[in-house]
Amino acid sequence: MGRLNTLGRIAAPDELYEALLEAHRDLDEAESRKLDAKLILLLANHIGDAAIVREALDIARAGATTQTSPGSGTA
Amino acid sequence: MPKTYENPVFAYRRSPDQDGPEARHPVVIVGAGLVGLAAAVDLAERGVRTVVLDDDETVSFGSRAICFSKRTLEICDRLGVGRQMLDKGITWNLGRVFFGEREVYSFDLLPESGHQFPAFVNLQQYYAEEWLVARAAATGLVDLRWRNRVTGVQARDDGVTLQIETPDGPYPLACDWLLAADGAKSFVRRELGLEFKGQVFKDRFLIADVVMQADFPTERWFWFDPPFHKGQSALLHKQPDDVWRIDLQLGWDADPEAEKRPEKVIPRLKAMLGEDARFDLEWISVYTFQCRRIDRFRHGRVFFVGDAAHQVSPFGARGGNGGIQDTDNLCWKLAYVLQGKAQESLLDSYDAERIPATDENILNSTRSTDFITPKNPASRAFRDAVLELSAEQPFARAWVNSGRLSKPAVLSDSPLSSGAGLGWTAPDAPVLRDGRADWLLPHLHEDFTLLIYADDETAVPEESVLETGDVPIRVLTVMLPQAARRAGALVDAEGLVAERLGLAPGQWLLFRPDQHACARGEMLDMAGVRAARDRALGRVERAAAAQRMVV
Repeated sequence: MGRLNTLGRIAAPDELYEALLEAHRDLDEAESRKLDAKLILLLANHIGDAAIVREALDIARAGATTQTSPGSGTA
Repeated sequence: MPKTYENPVFAYRRSPDQDGPEARHPVVIVGAGLVGLAAAVDLAERGVRTVVLDDDETVSFGSRAICFSKRTLEICDRLGVGRQMLDKGITWNLGRVFFGEREVYSFDLLPESGHQFPAFVNLQQYYAEEWLVARAAATGLVDLRWRNRVTGVQARDDGVTLQIETPDGPYPLACDWLLAADGAKSFVRRELGLEFKGQVFKDRFLIADVVMQADFPTERWFWFDPPFHKGQSALLHKQPDDVWRIDLQLGWDADPEAEKRPEKVIPRLKAMLGEDARFDLEWISVYTFQCRRIDRFRHGRVFFVGDAAHQVSPFGARGGNGGIQDTDNLCWKLAYVLQGKAQESLLDSYDAERIPATDENILNSTRSTDFITPKNPASRAFRDAVLELSAEQPFARAWVNSGRLSKPAVLSDSPLSSGAGLGWTAPDAPVLRDGRADWLLPHLHEDFTLLIYADDETAVPEESVLETGDVPIRVLTVMLPQAARRAGALVDAEGLVAERLGLAPGQWLLFRPDQHACARGEMLDMAGVRAARDRALGRVERAAAAQRMVV
């Protein structure tokens, strides 16, 4: 753990943030989700290290509030 | 409905066991399907008599499992039906994946030359079963009893007693060992109160086998969300006799009975094949599927093989091919135990080896199913993202999962292996034997085989069979192409034995009767070879064994 670089690295975060939002403009929920998914896949592939992506996943997931979903099978 | 195949009818015959006192046999197999028949023939090849019980009087109705993997063909070759399967089967290598209107990706199974069998052939299951029935009869050691339905199972520490119903009424039958090969709805499993654990998928699929003269190439075509079947998946695959397998996802809400009716099926197929397509319906089935297994496959004197032990989704062809690997793993062990050449504890390795292999099949088939049938908006978004990217972005093609096709299990944590990096099945390779073209694999399946890779300097044992104890080790010398010929040796004319098995002159490998590697060494050391053979027979100190069995 600890190989994910979480120091600030983007010089102009406001601009990139705006671009992220802009990319979703006029998209419905499904298209929006698909766009995010493509973005994640492209960036994950660029990073090329599944362990680093999993680290990011853990951080992203940590703050989420969960609810048990009905109908999910037993493992 | 089938027009290309007429199911043979095997006559019920009264057995003397139905008249005398309770008969007892060494091995009884319940279920004369693909896996039960393979087990019977395998045991017969090893000199073990079996009684096989089946409640029906014919082979499988409908094509069912159609994709037979290279490993299955190699095993079936040992059983005497591999050639027939190859000759009749459709060999295919190319798979194409479509998303919506367009092709996004194709994959080649990359047929490497220098193998006797291809990566896959498509063949209706009933052919394989029919040939195995004939093969079983030819061995003279298989007592195949049709219309013998098991209605009761009493398992004890020293054997099993079955109650059997026949057209002539009931009779009891006892055995030392029982193989339950009675399929997904296994009666034996229910009688023993064993539960499947795993996932049931809320989806339904339609299988339509049609007969048509069509120009589609011999390829596997898989559609996600095609225009002719919006929002669902579809598969087209060729079988022998101009039969085409069409698999259409229907969704959970579909009514299975209604969907089987021709007036419902035909419009769906015309949407796919074109209004003018001429075809006849051969076999229709609507199915759901599960990815699950029972906790253990050995329960005392009862072994579960094939679908009776585990089930997977059809994506990846891991059902029938997995079942055949079960019997391949079990039969040599059971034969040695019956012949007093190994202790009963060897049979525990069936669980130690096949449970990890089964979990790998379940994992792969579950992942394919999750990709093909997204369960929520997030999984659909990722699925569609992968598919859309895959058309332009080569990296995404590896993420497309329309089924990860069955591969032979690598028994990497096997308690029977001496050392790490073993447990894989021997890859085939072309060789010369007495100057004639031959294959490596057929030389590896009788008892244990010590394969020595030799040049002129390598010392090899003079005997072709080392009678070390009661389980022989056969010596197979494979020579470098430029080395002087030695009697009985194979010649690695193309260098592929060395390349595929990672061997240099002087090095050796020890193979089990199921062609899995269990030991290797740099210099021939007969004490080491014998110790490895003993370990593969489960003859190890209790402590060491106990430690290794923790998996």
